[in-house]
Amino acid sequence: MAQQLTAKEPTAEQIADQKIYSQFGVSDYEYELICGFLGRKPNYTEIGVFSVMWSEHCSYKNSKPILKKFPITGPRVLMGPGEGAGIVDIGDNQAVVFKIESHNHPSAVEPYQGAATGVGGIIRDIFSMGARPVALLNSLRFGRLENERVKYLFEHVVGGIAGYGNCIGIPTVAGEVMFDESYEGNPLVNAMCVGLIDHDKIQRGVARGVGNPVFYVGPATGRDGIHGATFASVELSEESEEKRTAVQVGDPFMEKLVMEATLELINSGIVLGIQDMGAAGLTCSSAEMASKAGNGLELYLDEVPQRETGMTPYEMMLSESQERMLFVVEPQHEAQAKEIFDRWGIICAKVGKVTDDGRLRLFHKGEEVADMPVKALVDECPVYNKPSQEPAYYGENAAVDTGAFAEITDLTGALEKVLASPTVASKEWVYNQYDYMVRTSTAVQPGSDAAVVTIHGTRKALAMTTDCNGRYVYLDPEVGGRIAVAEAARNIVCSGAEPLAVTDNLNFGNPEKPEVFWQLEKAADGMSEACVKLDTPVIGGNVSLYNENAKGAIYPTPVIGMVGLVHDIDHITTQGFKTEGDVIVLIGDTKAELGGSELQYVLEGAASGRPPQIDLETEKKVQGAVLAAIQKGLVASAHDLSEGGIAAAVAESCISGGLGAEVALSSELRADHLLFSESQSRILLSAKPEKAAELQALLTEHGVINNQIGTVKGSSLTINVNGKAGIQAPVQQLEKVWKDAIPCLMK
Amino acid sequence: MKFAVLVFPGSNCDIDCYKAVEETIGQPVDYVWHTATDLSAYDAILVPGGFSYGDYLRCGAIAQFANVMNEVKKAAEAGKYILGICNGFQILTEAGLLPGALIRNNGLKFRCHQSPLEVANAGTPFTNQYSQGEIINIPIAHGEGNYFCDDETLAELKANNQIVFRYAGDTNPNGSVENIAGISNKAGNVVGMMPHPERAVNQLLGSEDGKRMFTSILNAWREQHGAAVNG
Repeated sequence: MAQQLTAKEPTAEQIADQKIYSQFGVSDYEYELICGFLGRKPNYTEIGVFSVMWSEHCSYKNSKPILKKFPITGPRVLMGPGEGAGIVDIGDNQAVVFKIESHNHPSAVEPYQGAATGVGGIIRDIFSMGARPVALLNSLRFGRLENERVKYLFEHVVGGIAGYGNCIGIPTVAGEVMFDESYEGNPLVNAMCVGLIDHDKIQRGVARGVGNPVFYVGPATGRDGIHGATFASVELSEESEEKRTAVQVGDPFMEKLVMEATLELINSGIVLGIQDMGAAGLTCSSAEMASKAGNGLELYLDEVPQRETGMTPYEMMLSESQERMLFVVEPQHEAQAKEIFDRWGIICAKVGKVTDDGRLRLFHKGEEVADMPVKALVDECPVYNKPSQEPAYYGENAAVDTGAFAEITDLTGALEKVLASPTVASKEWVYNQYDYMVRTSTAVQPGSDAAVVTIHGTRKALAMTTDCNGRYVYLDPEVGGRIAVAEAARNIVCSGAEPLAVTDNLNFGNPEKPEVFWQLEKAADGMSEACVKLDTPVIGGNVSLYNENAKGAIYPTPVIGMVGLVHDIDHITTQGFKTEGDVIVLIGDTKAELGGSELQYVLEGAASGRPPQIDLETEKKVQGAVLAAIQKGLVASAHDLSEGGIAAAVAESCISGGLGAEVALSSELRADHLLFSESQSRILLSAKPEKAAELQALLTEHGVINNQIGTVKGSSLTINVNGKAGIQAPVQQLEKVWKDAIPCLMK
Repeated sequence: MKFAVLVFPGSNCDIDCYKAVEETIGQPVDYVWHTATDLSAYDAILVPGGFSYGDYLRCGAIAQFANVMNEVKKAAEAGKYILGICNGFQILTEAGLLPGALIRNNGLKFRCHQSPLEVANAGTPFTNQYSQGEIINIPIAHGEGNYFCDDETLAELKANNQIVFRYAGDTNPNGSVENIAGISNKAGNVVGMMPHPERAVNQLLGSEDGKRMFTSILNAWREQHGAAVNG
């Protein structure tokens, strides 16, 4: 074995003696395993390659036992987890491809590029499957917006998402942004992309056909992003600022060209296998493609286009330079492939060959510089069953009476406070920076329960949303996990669509802490249960662990990305009230459930107690009933009740519709509890008066609690409780409070 | 009547322009690559929005040197209809086909939303189906849409009736001089505008006020070529 090392690189002996591997996050035990697989000590390049392949980010070594819990099959699922993205059948030979991915740590130290390259990476996952990306979504978490550093992160994360998505010409149609101290110093930046594909165009990342050439396309490789995957798999610390070099730099213009050229290549029908270079760059894409085909791969690193001089094999293999792809064609198609990339002005270099020996072998300057078994890299990373322990706070919270605060007399004032809370307030400041209309298919724009994107040439459309209330998950991970899925599905249903499937992004703290692992386990149990009940399998996703700040782990935040199918564009429904005189119907039962609520956060500044409970059987009935009612044309508007309860939901329907409402509620609950409780499985509908009876009959027939609570009327919102005045305010005034909150804080 | 939709590396509203021509007036339309050296087959040329050449250097600054732009200049001289939208407007000003420049929005941020426009000149081949002073809803989506020109140019624009669209009332989203959203050349056959009429051709998208820009062009062409021609 030749040792092609620069003067700076330690020798295999030094790596062993000085335990240099531990700097890459490789444990003593793992190092011994690697030595066993190689039959010798790894050199610097090899230990680098192993360390990224065996990082949590690439190997899921800590989360595999958790991921096994999820249902991943269903009659519509064409491709589940394992490839770049999952694929779901939507009929007529068409399918929808989608996936969510996190870029939390890069965004914490370099918010603009961190967020931008998060978007770029998830887009590549979609078009490398052969799909045309049609929409982007995101899910963001920040600390309190009063904090200057948080403002900086928020401003530049949004700027980065806008900068990338706008330029590449894929509309950013939906998302969610929540603010809570728990995310201070460790923001969450999850990006999701949705694409469309014909069944016969589906690609896989496999290096098929021994002897076939392997091609590299995209910009030249630089020294950026080295060890990005490793960086994503440790806690942020004081030194993280120094890791800014582990953050990649994005070029959306380049990705636009790579995307168009790649889709043209795929449409030409000559591609045998293709995969994007995401986390761990050339290392991960080459090893995974070889592994999936049961083959080996040789890479000739002198042929890799390089942006900088004197790059070492180690640097080339670990670089996470953006917008690069790897593909395999038969030798006779080489010229055809090159011609396509030439036309788009993209570098296309032959860098390797498929072999039959099951090894990843690297050559540089005439010598073999690494030789590793592919299977060891991809499949043999040890899987850890981490110890799990119920945290003390969970037990303590059982005794908390979440409704014990002094009864609020100024209910209008309380509503205004909730509407002005950045988590509930209008996100116009955010989404007006995103081009959400390009491709002219956005039928329901950001700011609704779910966005709806039409499918050109058909009557069908796709509804899509991201959702997770981290406070609920923190207070009770299992219940919170169920709610995250249920609420995402409820959003989809409210837009007039049938929920199809889920992509999840598990954002948690350090799994080596038993209390964090307990959160992860319990949340996954809850999510799985809800996915099974609501027939929405998990077709792919991402795990982001080690999200911690000085005070400890972030709130456990398993973000759900969900896509639904609108069977006919006539079913598209929005949350805004439509016409004066329409009848308002509330579905579901309200209990005094204030744990983790927005009102609790506004009053007390923290989450405590138990979150709202959820009965999945009831949830399923509610969703089925509402979808049936929408499809029958009985519903004028539909809005899911979430943060801020009935009061916020009615106000939002008023603001969106530019209309007032007169609502009368009766209940045994305290008025403030009733108005701001966040009980689950509730939806606010409005209907034309002549359709109200049929609507209510249908809901009742489905076994769903429903009550007429008022009418759409005038330009003020009035909510009376048990005959007494509760909330009374002009809609314009509420709108101003709701819309001005974030711009005011960002001034 | 035959339409060309130019495609530069980084154009991203090319498909939307193409679909809009098909859906609003059903006329034949082709994508034309930036390397093309002959546009003589086309009666109207759409320069679409996007980020041609990644907006490197300056929006539209590199696209002006593409081969196809020589042909666009010839077409403009020949009196053919040329419409630049968003980045297309930026390219036409960089190429000298329209006066002035588009600079960074005064709020320094990209802005995307519906924008009410006043039709300031309903006499152009692009606006003959609107009435003078009519308020229409057309979305904007740009970071560099702040129209700027010197006083002399502004006086000329006004004297020649070259201001085609203004942001209505107090809705100027970007700081443009005199609320200018779109202008024409002196002859009136070249128009550039920041708002996107191709995104307002269907009620599902929030507005169909952009439809009449396409019907206007067809109408103008038919008048010029006699009603009998149906291309």
